[in-house]
Parts: sequence; C-alpha cells; structure tokens
Amino acid sequence: MDAILLQILNGLDKGSAYALIALGLTLIFGTLGVVNFAHGALFMIGAFCAVTVQRLLSLSYEMVDESQKDFLGNPLKVKTPYVESWFGPEIGGTIIDWAVPIAILFAIPIMVLIGFVMERGLIKHFYKREHADQILVTFGLAIVLQEVIKYFYGANPIQTPSPEALSGVANVGALLGMDIVYPVWRIVYFFFSVAVIGAIFSFLQFTTFGMVVRAGMADRETVGLLGINIDRRFTIMFGIAAAVAGLAGVMYTPINSPNYHMGMDFLVLSFVVVVVGGMGSLPGAVLAGFLLGILESFASMNEIKSILPGIDQIIIYVVAIIILLTRPRGLMGRKGVMEE
Amino acid sequence: MFGLDNKDTRMLIIVAVLTLFAPFILNPFPTGSAMAQFNAGYPDLMQRFVIFGIFAIGFNILFGLTGYLSFGHAAFLGVGSYSAVWMFKLLSMNVVPAILLSVAISGLFALLIGFVSLRRSGIYFSILTLAFAQMSFNLAYSVLTPITNGETGLQLTLDDPRILGVSATADGSIPVTSLFGLEMRSTFEMVVGPWAFQFNVGYYLCALVLLAAFYLSIRIFRSPFGMMLRAVKSNQQRMNYTGLNTKPYTLAAFVISGMYAGLAGGLMASMDPLAGAERMQWTASGEVVLMTILGGAGTLIGPVLGAGFIKYFENIFSKINDTVLHNWFAFMPDGLEDFVVFIVHPFIGKGWHLTLGIMFMLVVVFLPGGLVEGGQRIGKWVKGRKNKDDSTSATKTPAE
Repeated sequence: MDAILLQILNGLDKGSAYALIALGLTLIFGTLGVVNFAHGALFMIGAFCAVTVQRLLSLSYEMVDESQKDFLGNPLKVKTPYVESWFGPEIGGTIIDWAVPIAILFAIPIMVLIGFVMERGLIKHFYKREHADQILVTFGLAIVLQEVIKYFYGANPIQTPSPEALSGVANVGALLGMDIVYPVWRIVYFFFSVAVIGAIFSFLQFTTFGMVVRAGMADRETVGLLGINIDRRFTIMFGIAAAVAGLAGVMYTPINSPNYHMGMDFLVLSFVVVVVGGMGSLPGAVLAGFLLGILESFASMNEIKSILPGIDQIIIYVVAIIILLTRPRGLMGRKGVMEE
Repeated sequence: MFGLDNKDTRMLIIVAVLTLFAPFILNPFPTGSAMAQFNAGYPDLMQRFVIFGIFAIGFNILFGLTGYLSFGHAAFLGVGSYSAVWMFKLLSMNVVPAILLSVAISGLFALLIGFVSLRRSGIYFSILTLAFAQMSFNLAYSVLTPITNGETGLQLTLDDPRILGVSATADGSIPVTSLFGLEMRSTFEMVVGPWAFQFNVGYYLCALVLLAAFYLSIRIFRSPFGMMLRAVKSNQQRMNYTGLNTKPYTLAAFVISGMYAGLAGGLMASMDPLAGAERMQWTASGEVVLMTILGGAGTLIGPVLGAGFIKYFENIFSKINDTVLHNWFAFMPDGLEDFVVFIVHPFIGKGWHLTLGIMFMLVVVFLPGGLVEGGQRIGKWVKGRKNKDDSTSATKTPAE
C-alpha cells in the first residue's frame, strides 16, 4: 500500500508538468487552431526565467574586509549581494533563498510578452496554412529559441535550488497512519499546478472574457460577426498559454536542473498527452497528463520492470498507440475537432 | 533514356555528373590556401552528402507525394545500421549482404509501423510515428542492449564469428568493410599542381547507390502509382468516395521510404561499421524533415539539394571561428571589425543550429517550395526582366 501511494505521488509531480504543458498546447490549439511545436521551448524559457532571477538576486559586489584576514594576513575580499546590503543580511538572505517562487512574478509578464510577440509576429500568418506548415515553422522556432538560450546560458544544466524551508522531506503518510516520506517541493509543485489549472478553468468558466473565448472556440466566425474582436482575445489566450508553460518551467527548476533541451524532451511527451486526452479538450489534457504521469511512475516500479523489462521507457507511447487506435478522438476529444 | 522523358533524363544526368565529379567540384580551392577549409571534397563528408541524400529522397517519396508528415523516420535508419553491423559481425565484411539485409529489415519494420500509423492521418499520424520512433530509441537504449549494445553502440570486435570471412586479419586487427575485396576506405589521391583530389571507393559505391535511388524515385514520381499518391495528398476524401481504398498505396509509399532510410543506414554502417541508438532519436528524424523542406518537398531534386546544403553548411559553419572572422573583416576599421565579429559570432561554430533554425523558418515562411522554388523564382524573374526589356519598347508609346 505504501509503495502504491508513493508511486502515485511520484506520478503526480511529473503528471503536473505534463498537464500544465498540455493545457497550454490545447488552449492554443482550441483557440487558434495552431499546432505549436514551440511550446516546449516556452516551458524551457520559463525555467530559465527562474535561473535569471536567481542570478540577478545574487548579483554581488566585492569589498575588502579589513576585519577578516586569510592565513597570510592579507585582508579578505568579501562578496556581498546587493540585495543583502539593501535590506540587511536577514531579509536579503531570505529573498535570495526564495528566488524560485519570486521568479513567478517575474516570469508571468515576460512569458505573456513572449507569447504576444510570437503570436503577432509569426503564428498569425499561419492560421490559413496547413497543419504540417504550422508544425514545421514552430519546430524551427523551437530550435532557434533553444539555441539562443544555449548561447547565453551554456549547455550545462544549471542548479537552481528551492527555498531552504521547502527543500526537505515531509512524512505525508502521517495523516493516514502510514510512513511515506516525500520531498516537500514536489508536493508544492503539485498543489501549485492544481491552483494554476483551477485558475485557468475558472477564468474560462466564470468571467465574461472567458465566456467570449469559449464562444470563439466553438464558432469563431459568428462571434466575430457579433462585433467582438475575437482575434485580440485569442492573442491574449496565447499569452496566457505561454505563461502557463512558463510557470510550469519556473517551478520545475528545483526538481530538475534546467538545461537548454529540457523543452524538447517534454514537448514530445506533452504532445502524446494532448493526443491521448483528445485534441482540443481542456479537461482531457489535464486528465491525460496526470494519468500518464502516474502510469509512468508505476511502470518504473521494480516489481513491474522485472515482469516486463523496459516497460518504464515506453509505457506512455504504448498507451498513446492503443488509445489512438481504439478511441481515435482521444479520451475526451470533441467531435469534429481535427478529424481529417 | 531508361524510359524517362527528356527533362528527367537531363536531371538524372546532372545529378550523375555532380556526384561522380564531386571530388573535383567540392575541392575548388588549392590545399594550403586560406580558402582550403571550405573544401568539402574529402571522403567522410562526401559520403555523408550522398547517404543523407538517399535518406531525404526516400522521405520525400512519403512526405512529398502523400503529404503524410512522419516524425519518426530516423528509426528506420537506425534499424538499417544495426542490421548491417550484425551482418558484418556474423557473416562477412562484404557490404552487399549487409545492405540487402538492412533494406529488408527496415522494410519489414516500416510495414509494421506503417500498418498501425496509417490508420490515422494529419497530426495524429505525425504523433504516432514519433511515438514509435521514440519507443524504438528508448528500447534500443535499455532492454534491447544485447542486440544494440546500449549507449556504447554496436561495434565490431575481434571475436565475432564472421562465418564467411575472418574474425581477425593476419596482423590481428578487425577486418575492414569491403565490396568483394575492394576496401571501402581505400582512397586514391590525385595531385594536380596545388590541388589534391581524393577518390574514395566507399564514396563511389554510395554515389552509384544514390543514382540508382534517384532513378527509382523519378520512376515512382512519374508512374501511375505516384499519380495515385499525389491524389491522396490533394484530396484523400474524394479518393475514398470514389470507392478506392487508399491504404495500400500509402502503406506502399511508407514501406518504400522506410526501405530508402534502411538503405541509407546500411550504407552508413558500411562506411563506418558502428551503429548507435542516437541515430534513431527524434532530432535525427527532424533533420531529414528539415532537409526535405529546405530543398523542396515534392520535387525530385529538392531533397538531394537540401541534404547536400545542410550537411555542407553544417561542416563549414562549425569550422569557422573568431580568428577566421577577424581575417575576413580585417579590411574594416578596428572598432567596426570587432563589432561585426561580435554580431556574427553567435551564428558560427557551435551556433550552427541557430543559423539552421533561422534559415529553416525563413524557408517555411517565405519559400514553402524550398530551394527549388527559390531557384524557379529567380529563373522567372530573370526571364521576366528579359521579356519586359523586349516588350516595354513596344508598349510604351500608346500609354500617353
């Protein structure tokens, strides 16, 4: 029982990342009808936002400290982050420690901006072109974004630790009278993604803006005829989708040190997730994300691996193939969406 | 000639001349001169040109004709490489059985994957092929290690059986791949003045295979079968309504293009007998897509051009470094020189992929027909200007 619960927990944090990326992909597909292969790159850029914020916060100046001497008797050079000298070492230290959560505030405007620029500058011209062309141009864009990041940040993974207070482990099984020890940050990640997903859904469900967007997803032309500038709203939705991917990336950095090709690695899987969930279905994307994440973590249990060796590597693809062949529309796909 | 019309014969002859005289054409600069680094006429690179050319021709038969965008074609290349290396390990170092086996095995593999994937079309097909390719890649890395030798890659060893050959040569080293005794790596060097031209047996084998592959693809493009595939691309639904089952045609195209990929993989292993799983990764599949699109999907010569173009610039761009740039821009004033080098720097050396990505995006946005369309447009523009020169004089007067 413990083992099973542990695997579910394991699956939840990977599943959260899948669900967030797949949600963004589906939003873009549902609104603009564009297959965005550069979505993984947005996830990666989000992660590098966290890296940037951390570097900015720990920018420091060097000062010769006369009171401290090294073993030769020369005065030591001491590095002090600017933040610490402004707010005092206590608060400054805490700010640096909480760099990753702070990066969220920084990442949202940046990601929305990147999303706007991408949609207005490039994707806009591809509405009328074939899906193959959309895939190709966004694939090219993904390569470019990836290489730009590589140029500025290098090819090696960059360690970005989570705040001290959240970096330990907690016994989450204590409530149920069991003994399940699990890293706190991953639990935070799960709740964070649930919050983001909830926010997106309630935004679409309970605001006028969301209602118009949903109407536009169902019938773009009619909404346009009613005198609503649906294109502008869809552009904003693209920005929001980019921000969702970016946030997923920001919060993922303590789990996995970001490198320039992390986006591509996630992209392939997120696409599989979207297709399994059903192209254009938001709940489907979220459901499939968590489902595949959990399945993957179960498949990597030693007991299962000893029966079916290598299953952990391919389980997601096997499930995708089975689902596509038996339920071509995906788990919760809507009728008439991408059926050609 | 060979059942081709004049235009196709001309194209075949152009490709034949280009490939057969490649050691001259790709070596325009004398050895030792400053430009010598832009020579591409050495065997290793030339082999890559033609092998990827074959790969792209095969991919084009599927994507260019039927419009099915496969994102997992590298899997067939990988399978081809593995089967060829196994042939070298078990049977003999002759390349003929190895290549035959790699074509056959990858054909079977393509039949299997194609049968399942082709039940869906559009983006679903892309995702399915991608899933299959990633699956093969992951399996090759993990469970199939006894067959694929995992991360190290499959290599020849001294204690391989090689039933028809020898396990080790007289001096105790691993024998080299050959075509009935003609060693693949043997190179004849011709020195003419300051130039040194290299003629490599392996390259010429690849070049002949490329010609055969190219000829076959022309025949496929011009055949009723090719017509049918084009019809699938332009309107599959209508084909279905007329009561025609398109599946056998698309499946045949898929298998043929998988066999081309296997052929390329087999040749790759014949030139350098090792095979690794990274050849099957989806970035490798992406590369062949790039080549085909860049050259011009759906055209005969486009994929070959695209493959040559990408491989050439990959090689050249990665070689340029800041010192070379400083030499080039030495004529500029100092400050400006440094500035230009600074601007160009991200695009060269390791930044080659950045250049490739930008180039690819520009092609998809502005030239959906690839380099071939670019050439045609320039041709039309030149012709149009000539015509205008003739016609303007005649039409000018009535305007006023």
